[in-house]
Amino acid sequence: MTEATAVKVEEKLFQNRYLVDEGRPHVCVRDPSRVSASLQSLATICPAGCWATREDGTVEPSLDGCLECGTCRIVTGGDVELDWNYPRGGYGIQYKFG
Amino acid sequence: MAERFDVIVVGAGPAGNAAAYTLATAGLDVLQIERGEYPGAKNVQGAILYSDALEDIIPDFRDDAPLERHVVEQRMWMLDQRAHVATHYRCEPEPDEAPNRYTIIRAQFDKWFHRKVKEAGALVICETTVTDLIKDGDRVVGVRTDREGGEVRADAVILAEGVNGLVAQRAGLAKPLKPEHAALAVKEMHFLPSDVIEQRFNIGEEDGVVIEVAGSVTEGMLGTGFIYTNRESLSVGLGCLVSDFQASGVKPYDLLERFKRHPSIRGLVAGGEVKEYAAHLIPEGGYKAMPKVFGDGWLIAGDTGQFVNSLHREGSNLAMTTGRMAAQTLIELREENKPFTAANLARYRKALDGSYVMKDLKKYRHLPEILHRNKQFVTAYPRLLAGAADTWFRVDGVDKRSKQRQILRSFRQTRSLPGLIGDAFKLMRAVR
Repeated sequence: MTEATAVKVEEKLFQNRYLVDEGRPHVCVRDPSRVSASLQSLATICPAGCWATREDGTVEPSLDGCLECGTCRIVTGGDVELDWNYPRGGYGIQYKFG
Repeated sequence: MAERFDVIVVGAGPAGNAAAYTLATAGLDVLQIERGEYPGAKNVQGAILYSDALEDIIPDFRDDAPLERHVVEQRMWMLDQRAHVATHYRCEPEPDEAPNRYTIIRAQFDKWFHRKVKEAGALVICETTVTDLIKDGDRVVGVRTDREGGEVRADAVILAEGVNGLVAQRAGLAKPLKPEHAALAVKEMHFLPSDVIEQRFNIGEEDGVVIEVAGSVTEGMLGTGFIYTNRESLSVGLGCLVSDFQASGVKPYDLLERFKRHPSIRGLVAGGEVKEYAAHLIPEGGYKAMPKVFGDGWLIAGDTGQFVNSLHREGSNLAMTTGRMAAQTLIELREENKPFTAANLARYRKALDGSYVMKDLKKYRHLPEILHRNKQFVTAYPRLLAGAADTWFRVDGVDKRSKQRQILRSFRQTRSLPGLIGDAFKLMRAVR
């Protein structure tokens, strides 16, 4: 059942409107070489699929589709593993309907 | 821009707008700061608007607010894999009765509320993120923003910055949400012609239906799904505790996809054109997870203060009421020429305690932990109910007394007799 219903989250995000702040990621891993279960869980829990796990177990965000929900922040303990900020004013997701 | 204001309101959601509108209407000098391109750009809700909380602020809101449909029918469904057991409540309002609940689309509603705030005389700045509070000792005296030279001072700051509460947390006024105290909700907007919606849901032109769904669709996680009818769209979504998503490893968007394919849901959403996909956190910790909501020169309103009644799916009404009460506290003190000290702002908490806001949150204070530890309420019981219905309605030559025994046995086998009694007590304790 899981296989049959797997969807590409990119197709969902494609409907959304974003103003991407090029070159200014608003979420960073504090220690990019860190390997942890909470960081790795982001690859599945992020509702926008923004996180990928590399072969060495470290994680990498790509934030163009970020919905700014804050889930990655709270599963990594607030401000412990991530340096998490909102995008600069006016940038990021701009919901048409919300 | 004036260097100094009576009050700065952080955020332009229901709490911030309620606060800014109330303050500006009373003649206070208000600056409201919003990080979105327009108010609503960052905001997500199901969304149901409860009239009462808004009537207290803008009594004639029905004249021009963008309302979708007024809710005439509430359906609560318990889903099993192929079945659902449901309760429906439907009531046509009297012709001269003002409806109590509406479906709304938040980006449109928030823009309308924003217009009212500006008309009332507040200065509203969008595309600006508040990064920090300015303090003088323990007293909050202003905010820092991401604009050049973006420091602004005020006699009080109302933090209505939403569920993530970054500013409050960085100033040490609140703690980060715990994964077991927040639900992650994902939602899609499915567009369909209005007449198709009206036929599918058996409703008139202005009428709306709300469907709340629990059971197998959350795949063992604590949460619910929903379908709300808007004028020309359906809001279709699902939310579960973040800690449960962590433990299950289920991807939120896969769960939403499976929800839409459930045989009880599929036909209702079929053929819609999806125009947006949203995700948002909902505070679920309730009374025990609340931060302190006032101090020297600051007040907290809305989701930042965890003002959500998750059992009753109420949040935006609590946001509006807390925003209004925060504002009224400041207005009263200003009229009495009293400073915005912590001791004086304690009036805000007192006003909340006397209202439905704290009474309801206190009533359900045990609910989050009881549900968190007793997943059977959303896993075993929906399955048992659907099974019982199947046994009861199937005509197969088995006599009714035997069927009755078979149903009771299924409950006892799954939960055991002490388990069933214990569950009844837990449920009573959680909601009494």
